[in-house]
Amino acid sequence: MKKLISGWTLIKLYTILVYVWMFAPIVAVVILAFNPQQFGTFPMEGFSFKWFVKLSQNSTILEAFQNSLVLGSLTAIFSTAIGVPAALAFIRYEFKGKEFINTLLIAPIMIPEVILGVALLLFIRWLQQPKSFALLLIGHVVLTLPYVLLIVQARLVGIKREYEEAALSLGASPFQTFREITFPLLAPAIFAGMLFAFTISFDDVTATLFWATAQNQTVPVQIFSMLRTSISPEINALGAVMIVLTVSIPLAAGYVARRFARGNTP
Amino acid sequence: MKEKPWKPWLLLSPSLTAVFLLLIVPVCFVVVYSFWLRAPSGMDIPAFQFGNYAKFFADSFYPVILLNTIRVALETVFLCLVMGYIPAYFFYRTESRLKPFLMILVMLPFWISFIIRTLSWINILGDSGLINHLLLKYGMITTPLPMLYNEGAVIMGLIQYLLPFMILNIYVSLDGIDKSLTEAAQSLGCTEWQAFREITLPLSLPGVSAGCLLVFVLTCGTYLPPMILGGPGNEMIANLIFKRVIGTLDWPFGSAISVILLLLLVIIVYTYNRYMGINQIFKSLSKG
Repeated sequence: MKKLISGWTLIKLYTILVYVWMFAPIVAVVILAFNPQQFGTFPMEGFSFKWFVKLSQNSTILEAFQNSLVLGSLTAIFSTAIGVPAALAFIRYEFKGKEFINTLLIAPIMIPEVILGVALLLFIRWLQQPKSFALLLIGHVVLTLPYVLLIVQARLVGIKREYEEAALSLGASPFQTFREITFPLLAPAIFAGMLFAFTISFDDVTATLFWATAQNQTVPVQIFSMLRTSISPEINALGAVMIVLTVSIPLAAGYVARRFARGNTP
Repeated sequence: MKEKPWKPWLLLSPSLTAVFLLLIVPVCFVVVYSFWLRAPSGMDIPAFQFGNYAKFFADSFYPVILLNTIRVALETVFLCLVMGYIPAYFFYRTESRLKPFLMILVMLPFWISFIIRTLSWINILGDSGLINHLLLKYGMITTPLPMLYNEGAVIMGLIQYLLPFMILNIYVSLDGIDKSLTEAAQSLGCTEWQAFREITLPLSLPGVSAGCLLVFVLTCGTYLPPMILGGPGNEMIANLIFKRVIGTLDWPFGSAISVILLLLLVIIVYTYNRYMGINQIFKSLSKG
C-alpha cells in the first residue's frame, strides 16, 4: 500500500512541475514589465510603472489596439451570424450528408494558416483587388468560423426542441416563441461563439501578416515587428497588458454568462 | 412532425458559401498557380508545367527544410505526449476540490496571446534570461549558456502552445473510461500498475492518437516559433512559403511549396481518418 501512495505523489509532483513549466514564462513577462532597467531582463532592480506609461504614449500601439478591437468585434459579429444558423442546422435537423458537411466546415482548423494566407491573397490578386480592411475581415471570419461552429454546437446540444413546441401549442406566435424561448436559450451559445471568435481574431499573427496593410496593423503584428528590432521592456509591458486583458475578459464573461443563465431558469 | 427538407440547407447556406468561395476556391487557386510560370514583371504566366516542383526537389536545400519540419513535429509530438499524459491522468483520477480550477488553468494559455507566449521564452532562455541569471548568480557557470535561437528553443515554444491540446485530448478519452473496470481488475488480483497497463492505457489510446495528430499537424504549419525562437538553421516550411510569397513575390513557387505542405498533411490526416476517425479530435476541441 505504501508504494501506491508514493506513485500517486509522483504523479502529483509531475503535474505540478508541468504547471510550473507552462506558467513560468508567462509570469516572467508580467514581473519583468515592472523592471525599470533599460533591458527587460533579470535581475529585477526596483519596481516601476514607467514602461506602462511609455506604452500609453506610443501612438502606433494605441492605433494597433484600436484596429484589433474593431477587427475582432466585427469578426465576432459576422462569424457568429453565419455560424449559429449552421450550428442549428446540425443540431436540429437530420439530412443527407450531414456528417460530411460538418467535417467540411470544421476541417479548415487543420489547414495551416500560412496556406490560408497565401490562398486568399492569391485570390484577391487574381481579382485585381488591393489589400484592404475588408480582406482582413473576410479572412478572419473564415479563420474563426470552424471554431464558432464547434463551440456553438457543443453549447446547443442541451437545448430541446420541445420547449418551442410547447410554447407554440400554448398559443404563442412564431415570433413570440423565438423572442421568449429560442433566443434566451441560444444567447449563451451565441455569446460563447462571439467571445471565441474575438479572441482568435485578436490573437492572430501568421495569416494577418499576409493580409494586413501598413494602415491596419493589429497588436500582435505590431509586437512582431517590434521584436525584430530588439527585445525592449516595452514589449514585456505590452505583453502584461495583453495577458491581463485576454485572461480577465473571458473570466468576467463566464461569470456574467452564469449569472445570466441563472436569471433565466425559474 | 414533418420537416421541410430545405430548411437545414437554408441555415447552412451562408457558412457553405463562405467556406466554398473564400476557402475552397482560393485553395484550388493555389494548386492551379503552382503550375504557372513566374513572369519577370507583372502577372505570372498561366501554364501547366512541373518546373516549380522540380525546383523544390532540384537540390537538397528545400527538401532539408521539409525534413526539418517533420523532425521538429515528431519531436514536439513525443515531448507533448511525455509531458501531457501524466497531468491528464492526474485529472482523471483526482478527487481534489481544486480540479475545476486546475482544468481552467490548463485552458488558460488558449486565452493568452500566442505571440506573447512565444516571446516569453526569451525571458527564460536568453543570455540574460532567468536560467542563465540563476546559474551565473550561484556560480555554476561563468558564461551564459546559449539556449536561445536553436531547435530546442523552437520546440519549447511549440510545446508551450500545443501541450494544452494534448492534455485535453487525452483527458477526454480517459474521462470516458468506466472507473469500475480498473476496480474490477484490482479486485480480481491485478496490481494498480497492471490495471493501468492492461485497461486504462489501451482505452485512452484514441485520445492519445488524436492529440498526437493535432500536435503534428499544427506543428507542420507553424510560422511564429521558428521566427522568434529559432536561428537561421531552424527555418520550417511555413517560413519558406512566407519568404517566397511576401519576400521575393515568387507566387508560383510559393504556391508549389504550399501544395507540398498541404499534400503532406492531407496524406497524414487521411490515413488517420481511415483508422481512427477524425471526429475524436473535434470532440475534444469543443471542450476548449
